Amino acid sequence: MPLPLFWFFAVLMLAGGLAVVILRNPVAAALAMVTSFVGLAGLFIGLNAYLVGIIQILVYAGAIMVLFIFIIMLLDLETEERRAPKAVPIVGGLGIVLAFTIQLIGVLGNTPSSEPPPLDLEAGAAHYAEISPGISKKLEAAHEAGEERIPDVNLVGQLMFTQYNLPLQIIGVLLLVATVGVVVLSKRQPT
Amino acid sequence: MELLIDLAIILAKVIGLTFMVVLPLVPLSVYFERRFSAIIQDRVGPNRVGIPLTLFGAKKDFHLFGLVQPMADGLKLFLKEDFTPNYVRKSFYWLAPALTVIPALVTVCVVPFGSPITVNGEEIKLVIADLDVGPLFVFAVSSLTVYGITLAGWASNSKYPFIGGVRSTAQMISYEIALGLSIIPLLLYYGELNLSKIVQFQADHGWLLLPLWGHAEGPPLAEKLLFLVPALIAFVIFTTSIFAETNRMPFDLPECETELVGGYHTEYSSMKFAMFFMGEYAAMVIGSALVVTLFLGGWSLGFGLDDSISALPFGGLIHMGVFMAKLIAFILFFILVRWTVPRFRYDQLMRLGWVIFFEAALINVFLAAFVIAAPDLGWISTIVGLVLLGIVTGGLIWVLKTSEPESSPNSGLLGQS
Repeated sequence: MPLPLFWFFAVLMLAGGLAVVILRNPVAAALAMVTSFVGLAGLFIGLNAYLVGIIQILVYAGAIMVLFIFIIMLLDLETEERRAPKAVPIVGGLGIVLAFTIQLIGVLGNTPSSEPPPLDLEAGAAHYAEISPGISKKLEAAHEAGEERIPDVNLVGQLMFTQYNLPLQIIGVLLLVATVGVVVLSKRQPT
Repeated sequence: MELLIDLAIILAKVIGLTFMVVLPLVPLSVYFERRFSAIIQDRVGPNRVGIPLTLFGAKKDFHLFGLVQPMADGLKLFLKEDFTPNYVRKSFYWLAPALTVIPALVTVCVVPFGSPITVNGEEIKLVIADLDVGPLFVFAVSSLTVYGITLAGWASNSKYPFIGGVRSTAQMISYEIALGLSIIPLLLYYGELNLSKIVQFQADHGWLLLPLWGHAEGPPLAEKLLFLVPALIAFVIFTTSIFAETNRMPFDLPECETELVGGYHTEYSSMKFAMFFMGEYAAMVIGSALVVTLFLGGWSLGFGLDDSISALPFGGLIHMGVFMAKLIAFILFFILVRWTVPRFRYDQLMRLGWVIFFEAALINVFLAAFVIAAPDLGWISTIVGLVLLGIVTGGLIWVLKTSEPESSPNSGLLGQS
């Protein structure tokens, strides 16, 4: 990913995140959150994770935040009153931010700054040959087809439906139960 | 230098394909809409606006079948007073029109317009971004369109636009589900999410809805013909959901003028209104492009001619012409539906989306999986599976029939007397 694009999306994301906290209008805050999600998706795509980036927009920005805004609009929430800042939460928040910043600097200080190595599908296939033969096969096929990208959709599907099939189905049942629960709760007849 | 050439190619593609191919289609489809609706209703339609030669002393105007009409419409909208009511929420009111147009135009970047052309010994793909997640990208970005309409309704700070915005949100979220589920059979069949490769597959093995030609290798003809059943179901669900997603008739309840004045754009005027208009038509163009790409072979001409066309030096441009012809034909179909099918009622719309399309798409996924897996499963398992699927489908239909509340034909005000 070119560096200017990284900075663009990173600043977009951080600005969106800050705006969520600072803006007083609930709808504006929700929209700022959408902006933040779009920036995050841009970063994911820059890291070659196309599927994750797209799902980020499709699920969070396109569905969940739409419902948020829907509810905010329906409840017609007014702009938040400006409250007098209290010392303890501010000090606590700044402390956490400071701690994370110091940690980040520590980690980055120990990492040698180097250009990311070029994508080598063959080496990847060799690396995964023992860990997961399915992934290895996909990478090799991509290498033979002369692809210059990781076939990420293929890999995620392969992994989810072979190695993690049972957890996937359990999550499916869990979501089904939640859906049925919502229908039962919202359709409860007055007695 | 290399980087500069790459950048120039990308810029040329963005400007060429988005601003010189898709954007002009918007006024063109407005013209088609007006002329075609006139034909349907046995009127003449706008056929006068042309080159006003009489202004320069000629005897007759050159009317060009009214093809200049969209320019006159655009000029009219530019020159209208841009009125902002003083009770609106200003910043959102200004943001909303842009939010409806931009996502629609961004989705252009994954649509393959033609087969690759070779310039200076370098292969150039006629698609702006050849992503491996094509259809998902289109769904993701076009799901952002809903913000524009919702915000327009809310920012107008007035009752009817607000109802329009809320309707639109509910409608688009509901139909996104059917939209996403309906293409799963296709993805199973193609084994690919890259739209360029999907079209290439159709060029090699026959279009999805017309699999009559193709190379010997690839799926056998019997399987392709059998797959027509799930493909047709998917086509109906997908196309109808696209109608709902683009807020077109018969699903244009967010701007239903008999109930909501003008819906979400009641308070908008001049170019801001025109941008909603453009957004709707751009969404229609992209929706048609997606249907053509996924179901009708994209840029493929068919009849087994595609390989020889691709081999020509500028064969990609011929393919692009084929794609545009199919695209315009499908836009005309959109218009035909708008002027022949009456508007749905809101509860009918929700029922169709949640009760009929959602279940049908879900069952269709299993049906398609059976058709694809049948050669590997053997006869017995296939028949047992199909019988099970039939039982589940029958049970579902029975549950839907019985759980439906009894309603008298005259409910509401008519039923009270």
